[in-house]
Amino acid sequence: MIPEIGHFALILALFVALALGLLGVIGGQQGRDDWMALARPGAQALWLLTAFSFGCLTYAFYTNDFSVSYVAQHSNSKLPGLYRVAGVWGGHEGSLLLWHFMLTSWMLAVSIFSRQLPDAMVSRVLGLLGLVAVGFLLFMLITSNPFLRLSDVPTDGRDLNPLLQDPGLVFHPPMLYMGYVGFAVPFAFSIAALLNGRLDAAWARWSRPWATAAWIFLTLGIALGSWWAYYELGWGGWWFWDPVENASFLPWLVGTALMHSLAVTEKRGLFRNWTIVLAITAFSLSLLGTFLVRSGVLTSVHAFASDPKRGVFILLFLSVVVGGSLTLFAMRASKVRSGGSFALVSRETFLLVNNVLLTTAAASVLLGTLYPLIVDALNLGKLSVGPPYFNSVFAPIMVPVLLFMVVGSFARWKSDSATELAKRLSPVGIASVVLGSTAPLLAGAWSALAALGLTLAFWIVLASLLQIYQQLRNTVNWKSTPISYWGMHLAHVGIAVCVVGITMVKGYETEKDVRMVIGDTVSVGGYTFRLTGIRTEAGPNYHADVGDVELIREDRVLRTLHPEKRIYFSSTMPMTEAAIDTSLVRDVYVSLGERLEDGKNPAWAMRVYHKPFITWIWGGCLLMALGGAMAALDRRYRKKAASFAATPVKNGALV
Amino acid sequence: MKPRHKRAALIGGGLAALGLAAYLVLNAFESNLVFFFTPSQIASGEAPKNRTFRVGGMVKEGSVKRDNLTVAFVVTDTAKEVSVSYTGILPDLFREGKGVVAQGKLGDDGKFSATEVLAKHDENYMPPEAQHAVDEAQKTIKTLK
Repeated sequence: MIPEIGHFALILALFVALALGLLGVIGGQQGRDDWMALARPGAQALWLLTAFSFGCLTYAFYTNDFSVSYVAQHSNSKLPGLYRVAGVWGGHEGSLLLWHFMLTSWMLAVSIFSRQLPDAMVSRVLGLLGLVAVGFLLFMLITSNPFLRLSDVPTDGRDLNPLLQDPGLVFHPPMLYMGYVGFAVPFAFSIAALLNGRLDAAWARWSRPWATAAWIFLTLGIALGSWWAYYELGWGGWWFWDPVENASFLPWLVGTALMHSLAVTEKRGLFRNWTIVLAITAFSLSLLGTFLVRSGVLTSVHAFASDPKRGVFILLFLSVVVGGSLTLFAMRASKVRSGGSFALVSRETFLLVNNVLLTTAAASVLLGTLYPLIVDALNLGKLSVGPPYFNSVFAPIMVPVLLFMVVGSFARWKSDSATELAKRLSPVGIASVVLGSTAPLLAGAWSALAALGLTLAFWIVLASLLQIYQQLRNTVNWKSTPISYWGMHLAHVGIAVCVVGITMVKGYETEKDVRMVIGDTVSVGGYTFRLTGIRTEAGPNYHADVGDVELIREDRVLRTLHPEKRIYFSSTMPMTEAAIDTSLVRDVYVSLGERLEDGKNPAWAMRVYHKPFITWIWGGCLLMALGGAMAALDRRYRKKAASFAATPVKNGALV
Repeated sequence: MKPRHKRAALIGGGLAALGLAAYLVLNAFESNLVFFFTPSQIASGEAPKNRTFRVGGMVKEGSVKRDNLTVAFVVTDTAKEVSVSYTGILPDLFREGKGVVAQGKLGDDGKFSATEVLAKHDENYMPPEAQHAVDEAQKTIKTLK
């Protein structure tokens, strides 16, 4: 009964979303107060219905209702409670429901935190988001209904993929989807502004906190996914340039560009067209990511061709969104006047350059991701584009981005003198080159790449410290500095922390595959591992071989690590659970391979790693997200619409 | 600086950046495309020597031989076979009779030395390339009959 009620709530939601979309957009266009008044309650009703439906599916999972096909495929009665709830988004149908739930949550947030906006704007934005929701609801109801029943009820479910039975994965998809879908909000703001024909500073100011909020969730989602891959896939990698990862990284790159472009539009009234294009692109890439991950094209283009319903629907949806918004943009673009002029050496220029570079980086990642699919679809052969491609294209594009990031934050708006700027930046430049090129000596072997990476990291951190010092010296009361100023510097330092992590791991990680019998030792990165025993252990829905490995440094046993090889009952497939000892400056990592020889003293294949500074990669992401949160919470976003008229331009930060 | 010069400088800079990016992309593309060949294609000499590529198919039953961390096995597409050797830890789902994709180089002796063995995390899952290899071989067998 409960699943049917959930299904029914989804159908109701479709009608509410349709009504909200039509009344909201048309009402906003024609200024009909009675229709516009429906936008906020409509969005809230849509959220309630979706939340209820989501609750019904969760309930079906929690109570092991295997008569529901989706539950039977993704859960099992032996599955622990937490993973039963996570199982809701363990497959295609539930992921879509989560996507839609997130979308309505953003709508709920817009309906609550939009008191300072004119009603017509809120009505249009919520209406447009309602239309997006219509697309997803139709997709779910037509092709991917999570509430379908089985006529032949199995006694037990097929179980959740063991890889997904992990605390990291409980939070990774919700964060990621929250970020993906979040870009629907700045997209809706842009389209609403195009419909309105008024692309002014106010529009940019309204969009900014939403774009930043979506970016925060996406940053956290990507970081969680990378961390999960690192410890759960068992082989120590943290980024594979896998199409699924690229699908989330593309909107992140464009979203980063969007945030900064919005800042220029708000502060200076410039780059309006560019900002609109970025907002449309960020959301389109989110949809493209959904298509790539959800249509099955990645598994096989030809499998997709044999069951194309889902893929074709998303492609149609994507083309309606992209085509429609670009057509609208083309019709209105001529009316968008540029706000003012700026000199060649100015903050605007550096922001623009970085914007172009970030988009170029996104384009090259997109090319590498789609190329094999296109070649395969045209039957031109099978090939793959490996990580070396992405590394050798992405890294050189990011170097100038990191350089200009600092120059941009030092340069004045409108116009600055190149010599003046060089004078201000040269101490930072010299200090970071000196520190950056000597630091690798401390780590052991000197390498040019490590020196470059560390120099860039010092460059960013020292520049931020210098600016903060000057800011504090120039203001009487430190409280007068807006919180978004601190947010910007924190996020930039986060980038630097991330760069340190990547540089150190790439430059100095060591790895060994060995055959070990009990009593054997292996050394890596100054640490010695001794295998002291292997025993079997039973878990709730698996049994495991558990190794006891002593971690030794300078003849002292630091601790015992327990890598596992699990066999899940439901699937008989083995899973490697690595054991990791984490500290601020390094991880040591051991995982258990196969049993190579049986007998009295069995031999095992083992892999050991020493990864310096790897946690900095995710720590940096966390700092970026925190910085983003501080920027989004700035008090001036909550001011009434009336006070938007004049936007003073300060020489301060890009706040 | 006149606005016209400024615009020219911006456009010039943008084109230079795009050119550089295009150069990087094409350069990296050229050397990093990894092509896929089936055991039948290797047998007929279509696969390049001394260039990295991928081979896929099924691990032949009874063909896996271990010597410490070095594993030798035979990949078959049900028509032709190729011997593969690999040193290191195999993925969890490497099994005799299951699909596998290996990346590496073909030696002059016709043996494939893999630097990477890929198998995905689902016992019923067949790597798409491996499936493709078997399908192609089956198609050829049928047309020959």
